[in-house]
Amino acid sequence: MLHFDPEIAESRFGYGYSPSVQAPVSVDQMLARLRTKDEIASRFVIKDSSQISASFKEFSDLSRRLRIARKLNPKEDVGLVVKEMKQFRSNWRKQSVQRTGSMLMRRVWTQDALRERLIAFWTDHFSAPGKTYNYRFTFPSYVETAIRPNVTKSFSDLLLAAVLHPQMLKFLDQPASVGPNSSFAKKNPAQKRGLNENLAREILELHTLGVNGHYSQNDVRELAKLLTGLWVTSSGEARFIETRSEPGQAKVLGKLYGGARDGEESIADVLNDLARHPDTARHIANKLATHFISDAPPKDLVKALEMEFLASDGDLMRVSEALLRHPAAWHESRANFKQPDLFVSSALRALAVSDQQIENVSSATINRNLLLPLRKMGQPWGEPAGPDGFEEHDSYWLTPQGMGARLQWSLAAPTAFAGELPDPREFVVNVLGSRASDAVMFAARAAENRREGVALVLMSPEFQRC
Amino acid sequence: MTHSGLSRRKFLARGALVGCSVAASPLLTPVSFAMAPSDNRLVVILLRGGMDGLDLLRPWHDPAFAIARPTLAQQRNPTLEVQDGYGIHPAVAPLLPLWHAGELSFVQSVSTPYRNKRSHFDGQDLLEAGTANLGKTSQRDGWLNRMLQGMQGVEAHTAYAIGADPMLLSRGSAPVSSWSPDVDFVMSAQGARLLQEVMQSDTEMALAMAQAVRLSSQDGGESIVETDASMLEASMDAQMSTQGQGARGAHKRVAEFAAEQLRGDARIACFSLGGWDTHNNQKNTMVAPLKRLAQTILTLKANLGGAAWQRTTVLAMTEFGRTVRENGSRGTDHGTGGAMVLAGGALRGGRVLGHALGLDEAALYQRRDVMPTDDVRRYAAWAIRSSFGLSASVLERDVFPGLEMKDDPGLLA
Repeated sequence: MLHFDPEIAESRFGYGYSPSVQAPVSVDQMLARLRTKDEIASRFVIKDSSQISASFKEFSDLSRRLRIARKLNPKEDVGLVVKEMKQFRSNWRKQSVQRTGSMLMRRVWTQDALRERLIAFWTDHFSAPGKTYNYRFTFPSYVETAIRPNVTKSFSDLLLAAVLHPQMLKFLDQPASVGPNSSFAKKNPAQKRGLNENLAREILELHTLGVNGHYSQNDVRELAKLLTGLWVTSSGEARFIETRSEPGQAKVLGKLYGGARDGEESIADVLNDLARHPDTARHIANKLATHFISDAPPKDLVKALEMEFLASDGDLMRVSEALLRHPAAWHESRANFKQPDLFVSSALRALAVSDQQIENVSSATINRNLLLPLRKMGQPWGEPAGPDGFEEHDSYWLTPQGMGARLQWSLAAPTAFAGELPDPREFVVNVLGSRASDAVMFAARAAENRREGVALVLMSPEFQRC
Repeated sequence: MTHSGLSRRKFLARGALVGCSVAASPLLTPVSFAMAPSDNRLVVILLRGGMDGLDLLRPWHDPAFAIARPTLAQQRNPTLEVQDGYGIHPAVAPLLPLWHAGELSFVQSVSTPYRNKRSHFDGQDLLEAGTANLGKTSQRDGWLNRMLQGMQGVEAHTAYAIGADPMLLSRGSAPVSSWSPDVDFVMSAQGARLLQEVMQSDTEMALAMAQAVRLSSQDGGESIVETDASMLEASMDAQMSTQGQGARGAHKRVAEFAAEQLRGDARIACFSLGGWDTHNNQKNTMVAPLKRLAQTILTLKANLGGAAWQRTTVLAMTEFGRTVRENGSRGTDHGTGGAMVLAGGALRGGRVLGHALGLDEAALYQRRDVMPTDDVRRYAAWAIRSSFGLSASVLERDVFPGLEMKDDPGLLA
């Protein structure tokens, strides 16, 4: 009989064992923590979208002033604005480093690590990295606003929050999409404006039904019509502009939307229907099981998640519960290989790096010992290559340069973040618990120095598989 | 640096031994004596950020050039002049001997089919996808990989994608090896031995680790085993400095690593060079990336050695060129038509190729950019055809869908 195991709870559904944070003692406790208040978010704060909107406006204004100064004015004014911009950017850089630190600290110090893992999962599912400087800056706030509060609510809440957020609208070119028969298009015939299908396609293909779902190019087109009118202001706020919206009805998956209902309501209607669609349930169940359990997840587990999703109308709390209550969740075989982001975060948790230590390291250290190494491992922080997020399959991560980069990191970064390193003989027990093999126990004892001893534990299959 | 015979060789032996039991891994293809696809070599360098072709190859003969670029055009300089009133940027002057030896050409006024939006991301994706339009992100593969699919006898080590950036260019179903020579690690002999023991229980991890050890010892950086404590400290410092932003020689190490592989079984290598997005003060900001490009080409030549260099073609291409006119901050903005650089001993070089329409405003694309008069993919296609014998129909249908190859520009000797 397969049952709860605190080590699996932390490594498979969290960020690994911590020497300082008590691991959960039962599935019930894990669920109770997930159900109650998101404590760690108020301990390590990251601003949400509304809290950074003033600063975003300031950036837009500065950019506009710079453009005008460059076009019209002789050199001296440009110099001044450039200087202001430089100062502004340096301030944003500092904030970015702080937010990266806060995100790591949440993972290191939370008792509710499953929540952080779910947030990471859904952030990847709704990947919307910034394409421009300002939207790269807003990315963490998008996660804080659209993803974080919704991972325990219904999938339709999460879907609407994510795809209607300015971050996603901009990322998938929605502001460029105009109803061909809208009054805007008619007034500006020379601009030849029309539909941009990008967002509509990704909603169907990636966010809801999945690429194997039952939809056609025509559904993409019709959904794109419904989405017209969604727009983003230059200060980064989402708006619905009626004049850009395609008038009349549109038929998505056989159902008519629009017409009498106003544009925004129709968009909510169609997204709510897509969120509850059986193909969506199957797609999400499969992704969750693959992410948390194995590249080839047990069929009965996928089925159980799919059924729960359908029965609960996409209640993500209940879907998470179904995952944890399934025997496959506690299977001994460690079929997953940690992605770089998880590898690095769980190493910092194992080292119990404190917020003081993170605050004390320079941004150059963060860059050199975190951001650059993650790039070398193939997973640049917050920058998936496309809307489909990072690769899920282990074979993508388990490469020579990936392993080389992990070894390089394991040898250099723990000292940089943690200062004094733990005794490897204690470290191996704290981090791996009963899982530690004779080989890794021996290595921790026989290593020439602490630095190599710690690296050997981090590089062990017991640490990297979950 | 001393290598302890004990540790590294044993580690590798372990990797090889372990390897034989996992037949599924692409890295494990047993050493095969099948013919290599060809003796010719191809190196593709992506110049990310939009390289300003007009600054690299300066059309001094065109009176509109100096007018459009008050701080960038510079005086006509006979020592930098290559052909018919075209001069090169002083930062690439070290390449002049190659020009005179027929090992360097430029193609002007070329572009991918990408138009109007001038986004780096889409522009680079299109350059790497080699298609006329961008399809679905999730289904994209790169033209270099599709080229491999059209070749005989391709194995895991035939092509190398170098660097940590995931490259669309080499993505696809054909096997491609990858390594990033900026990955360094320094361990004691004891540490290396213990690492081997720790990984013993996991064949996949052990194998990847063994490959990492093998490749890192070939890439000119620090390799795994250090026995002397003082040297260990020194290497740690070296390691830290190569991790920092000031990793100055990184491009040289990439070129050295590429050359080393191409001297062996590899025939194709690709990597990227950045830093071309010169919006501000281009007179200064263009120097470093151009120097890196020149050094990369010269490092390839030096490290390939005579025989292999004679069979090598280097293609350096970018996602778009830049505006003809300087902007308000003495730089240039995203444009359309640009330049391609060809180098290598296999070249029939010393030529400026491509048809330029001149820089009068009416001749520009949207009155701002160099008007592209040819498809950059056409030159890549002919270089592939001449190097590896792929048929025009495969190139036009599979590698660069929708391309018309037209007449042979006779790139190679």
